[in-house]
Amino acid sequence: MSNEAVLHDNHSHEHAHHDTFITKYVFSQDHKMIAKQFLITGMIWAVLGGFMSVLFRLQLGYPDSSFPWMEDLLGKWAKGGHITPEAYYALVTTHGTVLVFFVLTAGLSGTFANFLIPLQIGARDMASPFMNMLSYWFFFAASIIMMSSFFVQTGPFSGGWTAYPPLSALGDASPGSKSGMDLWIISMALFVVSSLLGGLNYIATILNMRTKGMSMTRLPLTIWALFFTAVLGVLSFPVLLSGFILLIFDRNFGTSFYLSDIFVNGVGALPNEGGSAILFQHLFWFLGHPEVYIILLPAMGMVSEILSVNSRKPIFGYMAMIGSLFAIAILAFLVWAHHMFVTGLNPFLGSVFVLLTLLIAVPSAIKVFNWLTTLWRGNIRFTPGMLFAIGFVSLFISGGLTGIWLGNSALDIHLHDTYFVVAHFHIVMGVASMFGMFAGIYHWFPKMYGKYLNNTLGYIHFWVTIAGAYMIFWPMHYEGLAGMPRRYYDFSIWESFKQFQDLNRFISVVSIMVFAVQLLFLFNFFYSIFKGRKVTTLNPWKSNTLEWTTPINPGHGNWVGEIPEVYRWPYDYGKDGVDFTPQTTPVGEEESQH
Amino acid sequence: MTMYLTIAVIILIFIVIFQIAKASEYVSVLKGEETSRKQNNKINGFLMVAFLVLGLFGVWFCNEKLFGRTLLVHDAASVEGARVDSMLWVTLAVTGIVFIGTQIVLFWFAFKYQESDKRKVYFFSHSNTLEVVWTIIPAIALTVLVVIGLRNWFLFTGEAPKNAMVVEITGKQFGWIYRYPGYDGAFGKKYYKNIDAASNTLGLIWEDELTHDDVVTEQAMYLVKGKPVKLVINSRDVIHDVGLSQFRLKMDAVPGIPTTMWFTPKYTTAEMKEITGNPNFAYEISCDQMCGNGHYSMKGIIEVVSQEEYDLWMAKQKPYYFAAFPEKDPSNAKPSDSTKLVAKTMAKN
Repeated sequence: MSNEAVLHDNHSHEHAHHDTFITKYVFSQDHKMIAKQFLITGMIWAVLGGFMSVLFRLQLGYPDSSFPWMEDLLGKWAKGGHITPEAYYALVTTHGTVLVFFVLTAGLSGTFANFLIPLQIGARDMASPFMNMLSYWFFFAASIIMMSSFFVQTGPFSGGWTAYPPLSALGDASPGSKSGMDLWIISMALFVVSSLLGGLNYIATILNMRTKGMSMTRLPLTIWALFFTAVLGVLSFPVLLSGFILLIFDRNFGTSFYLSDIFVNGVGALPNEGGSAILFQHLFWFLGHPEVYIILLPAMGMVSEILSVNSRKPIFGYMAMIGSLFAIAILAFLVWAHHMFVTGLNPFLGSVFVLLTLLIAVPSAIKVFNWLTTLWRGNIRFTPGMLFAIGFVSLFISGGLTGIWLGNSALDIHLHDTYFVVAHFHIVMGVASMFGMFAGIYHWFPKMYGKYLNNTLGYIHFWVTIAGAYMIFWPMHYEGLAGMPRRYYDFSIWESFKQFQDLNRFISVVSIMVFAVQLLFLFNFFYSIFKGRKVTTLNPWKSNTLEWTTPINPGHGNWVGEIPEVYRWPYDYGKDGVDFTPQTTPVGEEESQH
Repeated sequence: MTMYLTIAVIILIFIVIFQIAKASEYVSVLKGEETSRKQNNKINGFLMVAFLVLGLFGVWFCNEKLFGRTLLVHDAASVEGARVDSMLWVTLAVTGIVFIGTQIVLFWFAFKYQESDKRKVYFFSHSNTLEVVWTIIPAIALTVLVVIGLRNWFLFTGEAPKNAMVVEITGKQFGWIYRYPGYDGAFGKKYYKNIDAASNTLGLIWEDELTHDDVVTEQAMYLVKGKPVKLVINSRDVIHDVGLSQFRLKMDAVPGIPTTMWFTPKYTTAEMKEITGNPNFAYEISCDQMCGNGHYSMKGIIEVVSQEEYDLWMAKQKPYYFAAFPEKDPSNAKPSDSTKLVAKTMAKN
């Protein structure tokens, strides 16, 4: 740590001295280390969540085969090598929960907000490094508790990631709703605390700690996206928490917020009257829909940045990009009931939500067209990060367009809760955001570890994953158009849906292959941390943003000496025939205006 | 054993790929990093356009293979469902054009504007005209879709026609209970605390005389072709969903909050067997809301029949009251015991 002394001289940070193993790698308050902690925890969850999908895809693809190894692995949950409905639903539920919250929320914004905000705005660390550390450790605790729910007698929660009561409130209605559900709620509550601590910090940092000259309109789009993401999270997660608290009361203290008129087989009539099961759905989706954008916006921001850097061209319509992010963030709060068109919602209310939902397509379209124009007449370098960014745009188009189908209530009334929905949200939210995350990892890995990821493995990773993702999810639209419901363990008794058996097998085979390629990426990641090609230049991508002005392996405090001053926006690529002009370059006298 | 073999093979493949990838790094050092980077760029640029072509072919191929298995190959089985289908085609046309157009542009641009020493990039940071154009065009297209959608939505969720028959459907883990109002055309009151799993599955209040002729069955729901039907949807325990894919409609069953849905069946079950060419065809009610471990097997059957067949079926149904109180059933009791009510029932039947 050669820059520690310098840092010390600059009296900028009190943590710069005497890092022990514990303070450097475990209870670190360095935003870069916390980002890596989020990333690696998120990757562990991604592998577990992906493996869960392999297990339940085996059931869907091969309902008649038995897999003895599965019994070795899952014990009574896969008696005779045949996964039980309980285990199937537990896996589906946990797959959804961890991928949505632990991977694509904590793993994505936790990683990149932590890593990029101080580096790209020119700050030495977050506004509150301690809170930042707490944010990770709350997430860690949430992870441990979620994992421990796999080991309780009655199994983990199995009522779907949306946890609708009464199913999630009544242990007698589903064994997974017994102690597995208690652990699920506690884990989620801790997770909400984690994301609030993180979010407040991100907002405070972006608003207060920009370096000299870094006005809000000179921020890279990554930062704008992360800013709106944090605002969405801070405003919506507390509502989810309140929903969970009422659920805890209903489960344990005999209240009737969500429960009314219930007779459970084998138990009898419950005393609860007067509650509304729909109330929970309102509270849940008031987070749940912004959550979609909490997942998507960071990916959009990173993709905007990466597309611009690797096209060697400015992002097209910078202000329109910010404006559309803002519009999406506002609308994200006004569309939650489109998840509830078939709950018996007031039709007038439904119509308002249709209008507002389809309105989101306008800012989304602006973003897509601006990305396409960014590529137009550029000089494109296909780094693995760039490939994933292009893949993101493709997937965002494909999945976004089916949103127009589902947001229109009269169509939703047919397609709701079918495989059409599964295809839609996996493409637009799951795979697309995952692509954004991969793009970010490939692009900023040199900054994170001072090494490059192996390019050839990156190319293989990209091409197999995008082809595979389409092969998995594209045909699911057809299943949805046949009305095939999601969350079915077995379709063999259904005259209307059993015609897709061979297709389900095909999808399962492809998903296993795609999963295997992700393991290849994982190997590339960990191998390259230690043995990867060393980064030898400060600015390997020839990028304008501030993070590339730090040393190759920045210490805690990021810059040696003064934090650089910023004189321009971050997208001066190809201006006046100059390949790139970093933000730290003062504006020349004869430079043209853009 | 095969398991371990598979794992071994996968690991072997991994090692091979990894070695190739590692070797490529050494090769690039030998060739010069810049040269090999440019080569890779060309390969990926070509793959972009190859992916586009193969992808569009894949879309066509997938459609060839799978379209025939969707519901769109034959008519919707309800009058309202036909409107869903036509709306679906319009939406498909609009989104399909945008999909093909933007995907072609995306991958074509990626291919066309791949790095070349000759090209000087065009510094193009914004254009108000362009941005206004692609704000307004999507807005217009969406307005059209919203208008079509909302007209249908208000029709579907509006009042059922006056001549509609009313059937109550109640979800429970894991099956459906159907109730018909009987000759008086009105459902008797019920209260969930009266539910008895064996003799009173819906918790009917027997003190309310309107319940005495209500018909309750778990076998199948009989509907009449061409006659609108309004479903009153309930749940006994958790949230279920009455999914009627053939009729293109669905509605949740929420405990404590009854919902409704109406539609007009267009074809009898027998006719649908012919239309679909499937002798086993059945109108299936699928539960479309996660309701517990038996969710996937929560199936109900709707039989759509002609008015005459319906009347015949209804005549065979016994009021549920008699199942609870067999001694009141006129067919079990001496004629002298029959009450006025039962006499009425018989007259109707």
